[in-house]
Amino acid sequence: MTPLSALLLRDMRLAIRVGGGALMGVLFFLTVVTLVPFAVGPDLAQLRRIGPAILWIGALLASLLTLDRLLAADHEDGSLDLLLMGTTPLELTVLAKAAAHWITSCLPLVIATPLLGLFLNLEPLAIGAVALTLLVGTPALTCIGLIGAALSVALRRGGLLLPVLVLPLTVPVLIFGVAASNAAVAGPMSFGAPFMVLCALTLGSLVLGPFAAAAALRHGLE
Amino acid sequence: MALIDLANPARFLALTARILPWLATATVVVFAIGLYLVWFVAPDDYQMGAVVKIMFIHVPNAWLAMGVWAVMCIASIGTLVWRHPLADVAAKAAAPLGAAFTFLALLTGSLWGRPMWGTYWVWDARLTSVLVLFLMYLGVMALWRTVDDPSRAARAAAILTLVGAINLPIIKFSVDWWNTLHQPASLLRMGGPAIHPSILTPLLVMALAFLLLFFTLHLAAMRNEILRRRVRTMWLMQAHAAS
Repeated sequence: MTPLSALLLRDMRLAIRVGGGALMGVLFFLTVVTLVPFAVGPDLAQLRRIGPAILWIGALLASLLTLDRLLAADHEDGSLDLLLMGTTPLELTVLAKAAAHWITSCLPLVIATPLLGLFLNLEPLAIGAVALTLLVGTPALTCIGLIGAALSVALRRGGLLLPVLVLPLTVPVLIFGVAASNAAVAGPMSFGAPFMVLCALTLGSLVLGPFAAAAALRHGLE
Repeated sequence: MALIDLANPARFLALTARILPWLATATVVVFAIGLYLVWFVAPDDYQMGAVVKIMFIHVPNAWLAMGVWAVMCIASIGTLVWRHPLADVAAKAAAPLGAAFTFLALLTGSLWGRPMWGTYWVWDARLTSVLVLFLMYLGVMALWRTVDDPSRAARAAAILTLVGAINLPIIKFSVDWWNTLHQPASLLRMGGPAIHPSILTPLLVMALAFLLLFFTLHLAAMRNEILRRRVRTMWLMQAHAAS
């Protein structure tokens, strides 16, 4: 087993066994989506219109939930220092940790999306579009969040700082994710263009996130 | 005197002590000229009336809102590459100034928008991306305040600044795209084909005035930060000696 796959499996095991793991994020997602109709009213037509936006906001917030523990837990028990001293490039190490976070925190959200879409009176096509855009877009959220997690790793109040740092950077992902979902249902444009931009954002974040996070860790923990 | 000599904080303090009064005077003079031009030379707009004067405050602030981030970027590269404390100080001193200029740009824009559009806020592409820029300034300032150790805070803020610099054009592009999707006819069409010289000259003078104001405040804030760090060091030494 290579060090990276070992790290991936370890992180996934920890995420699933400690603190409810994947289910916690889904539960939060469900709660947020349940709260929205209380705020905007039970009008099904309106919910159908703003449904993709609600699902995206809910997933965005839910993906932030476990982010502050992504590196902070390892920092507290000292295993992050071992990872820093290891021979594996730190960029790949943090990428593996991000992958574990995505599989345990974001993938369940994507899987839960169809059910929550039914609550919001979405058509099957719209549900498919939202699930697909979330599947493609959430890795970008994780990688951008990784930067925030690395910056706030050693802070006592990092949990509060992280969303403040990360959320403004997720604006493009949110815009194109919701736009692609809406385009699939209503138009006026084709689904392809915003979806391609969303893919590009994810690929860009996959490069930027690990490098920036590794730099932040090297500078922050020496 | 070579530029590298400036990197010594003591030399920097000595030099800025000599420069600052001149810079402050120049700021006041250019502001006086600029405000004279704005109030007595620049004509009122035939549509907007005297409200157009807000532009002479609003546009320089908006330019500086972006320019200060660029200054922070250069300082951040200095922090990460050369690990120089003076670069840390420059980045730290610039952040609140940038936030203030961004806030003023938003505030004047909103006050301008009230008579023009009938509302204080429109989700126009420009306004929205400046708002995101403002949030990012506040994020950088929050990061500076949360990390205790100054040099570690500097490197964390430097990485965030550079990540922000990569992301800001993407955010700008996305918001433009989002905006054209939502409201095809933009309300705000600044500039147009050409600006008449009677308006352009006061605008450029005011921009120079605000630029000088930024330099003055930035140097003063850097001096304060250096002195604050010295005081902190002295306190620590005193506490150490007493124990």
